[in-house]
Amino acid sequence: MSKDNQILEEFTNSEYKYGFESKIESDSAPKGLNEDIVRFISNKKEEPEWLLEWRLKAYRHWLTMKEPEWANIKFPSIDYQDVIYYAAPKQKIKPNSLDEIDPELRNTFEKLGISLQEQKRLTGVAVDAVLDSVSVATTFKEKLGDLGIIFCSFSEAVHKHPELIKKYMGSVVPANDNYFAALNSAVFSDGSFCYIPKGVRCPMELSTYFRINAANTGQFERTLIVAEEGSYVSYLEGCTAPMRDENQLHAAVVELYAAKDAEIKYSTVQNWYPGNKQGKGGIYNFVTKRGICAGDHSKISWTQVETGSAITWKYPSCILKGNYSVGEFYSVAVTNNFQQADTGTKMIHIGKNTRSRIVSKGVSAGKSQNSYRGLVKVMKRAENARNFSQCDSLLMGDKCGAHTFPYIESDNKTAQIEHEATTSKIGEDQIFYCNQRGIDDENAIALIVNGYCKEVLSQLPMEFAVEAQKLLAITLEGSVG
Amino acid sequence: MLIIKDLKASIEGKEILKGINLTVKPGEIHAIMGPNGSGKSTLASVLAGREEYEITSGSVEYLGNDLLALSPEDRAREGIFLAFQYPVEIPGVSTTNFLKTAINEIRKHKGQDALDAVSFLSLMKEKMKLVEIDQSLMSRSLNENFSGGEKKRNEIFQMAMLEPKLSILDETDSGLDIDALKVVSNGVNKLKTKENATIVVTHYQRLLNYIVPDFVHVLYNGKIVKSGTKELALELEEKGYDWIKAA
Repeated sequence: MSKDNQILEEFTNSEYKYGFESKIESDSAPKGLNEDIVRFISNKKEEPEWLLEWRLKAYRHWLTMKEPEWANIKFPSIDYQDVIYYAAPKQKIKPNSLDEIDPELRNTFEKLGISLQEQKRLTGVAVDAVLDSVSVATTFKEKLGDLGIIFCSFSEAVHKHPELIKKYMGSVVPANDNYFAALNSAVFSDGSFCYIPKGVRCPMELSTYFRINAANTGQFERTLIVAEEGSYVSYLEGCTAPMRDENQLHAAVVELYAAKDAEIKYSTVQNWYPGNKQGKGGIYNFVTKRGICAGDHSKISWTQVETGSAITWKYPSCILKGNYSVGEFYSVAVTNNFQQADTGTKMIHIGKNTRSRIVSKGVSAGKSQNSYRGLVKVMKRAENARNFSQCDSLLMGDKCGAHTFPYIESDNKTAQIEHEATTSKIGEDQIFYCNQRGIDDENAIALIVNGYCKEVLSQLPMEFAVEAQKLLAITLEGSVG
Repeated sequence: MLIIKDLKASIEGKEILKGINLTVKPGEIHAIMGPNGSGKSTLASVLAGREEYEITSGSVEYLGNDLLALSPEDRAREGIFLAFQYPVEIPGVSTTNFLKTAINEIRKHKGQDALDAVSFLSLMKEKMKLVEIDQSLMSRSLNENFSGGEKKRNEIFQMAMLEPKLSILDETDSGLDIDALKVVSNGVNKLKTKENATIVVTHYQRLLNYIVPDFVHVLYNGKIVKSGTKELALELEEKGYDWIKAA
């Protein structure tokens, strides 16, 4: 066996660091999905009638739909009746302050490096922590409130800001948009809501931390971010789950709305449990993320670091409706063992002089399959639209696969669309060069992969760039010897 | 410091080194010369621990230990440095970041704490001055789009940073114009001490005008066929390698 192969064989020996399960009693719905379950969830959340109707409509539509089959992923068919659609940690009393949160719950997040105590939390980051189906805590609410910024759980927003939810929910991703979005719309549990008022620059990173804890439970969260005229917000989501032998379903919806001159920067560090080395278990991650640059000169930038999940199916997209609006997509997707990722973006150019930029870096190892799928669409009236796409794949070993599916549709002659793609391998020469300077194989691979992903990692907020770099190293740990 | 005895090595079943004997003491500079394909670069690679070469017999003792038993990274950590003939590009990794990782790995191996950012940067500054290398190279991706001269200069800079005990320069002069050659040689000479040793592998005598060796060895067909002092290099230059081949 060549040295390369040896290195890569061992590459697959890394362990998932977040696989612990917390002993938290939960209050959950019976398995399965029907109208009663939808009512049960709505009832649990004490929702208004209009929202229940919205859910039921989505559910009925979902029944008429079929699971999409076009993605380059393979998995046994999901028994949607074998999933628990709602699980909430039992809390004796509703906490009025962060100090009243169940210590076990708090420990869960502390273990993940997320402190719910504001004074301990990194300054400059507000956190909403979501465990299974409910939001546990949101930090820095008051401070943000002084600026008119709303940052709270989705459920809370439904009660406190129904007019905003009514106006924007489903406006970017309609309830019947696709199979998984419809499912989410029927049974979504919690998630985050942010509203940045006109002219306000959000002074801290907003962040939501998602954790699936209960067994057999699906997580279906919704996130909605509305940035009013001239506002700015940077938002980050992180996710982990315990190690379990069965596959767990995660189908989220994220909607972003940017008004004139507004900018939303949305970063994801996705580290759901990827399954074990033999491909058993892991999260099925079917996510619909879309943002609309509704106003002129608005900007939406997606950055994602995808290292987890058994299957990732996700295409954070931008609808560039406003003139001069800008959409960006920066992605690192790392797959190892038997992971499968089919991820990319859609850039829909509607307004004049709209610009989009796509930088996708795939890293495949083990027996994994990693696909980039992207659509650049230029509509008729999108004069002078421009797109630049760069899709790079890095292969480690000869048992994995990297695929690129770029789709380009242009209805306007003035459009300028550029696409570049490369495929490379980590060379024995590169590793030896590092070795010769005293760097062992494992650190050499981490260094090389981080270098390869640099363009994307540099888009992340500082605190998280460091975290993401470590995460890449951990994902690649044990790869060598 | 280094004692090579009857070293034989092959690649894919083909024997390249056919019994090398060489002893290097602290403070010495040895030049290894020879025509293309004589095994010069193989010797450098074998000493650095490249795994595609199979050692079929012989021994290499380095600072009293069996060098061949060490992994490439442990050899580097114990003070062996190879200036590559073709330095490798690592996109997205700056020289600064690369060296910081390397230095701290070496320090860890020695049981020392990692160097903090301030000490690291001041060390960089000092060594940059020593080998006359431009700051702008430091933040660029390692060796990516570097000119031939910049790559070689960067190798010598890394050598200065890592302070090896035994440096092996593999055809460091190839692809250098005369000015770059002077700068690189100057760097090597400044790094010379009574404690460290250098093996200069080269095809041409030219480099040895600037880095003056204590000993010159001629490698031909996998064996050292002639050893002498620096005058041997001049003689070779004059008579060509055919002179050796004929012998």
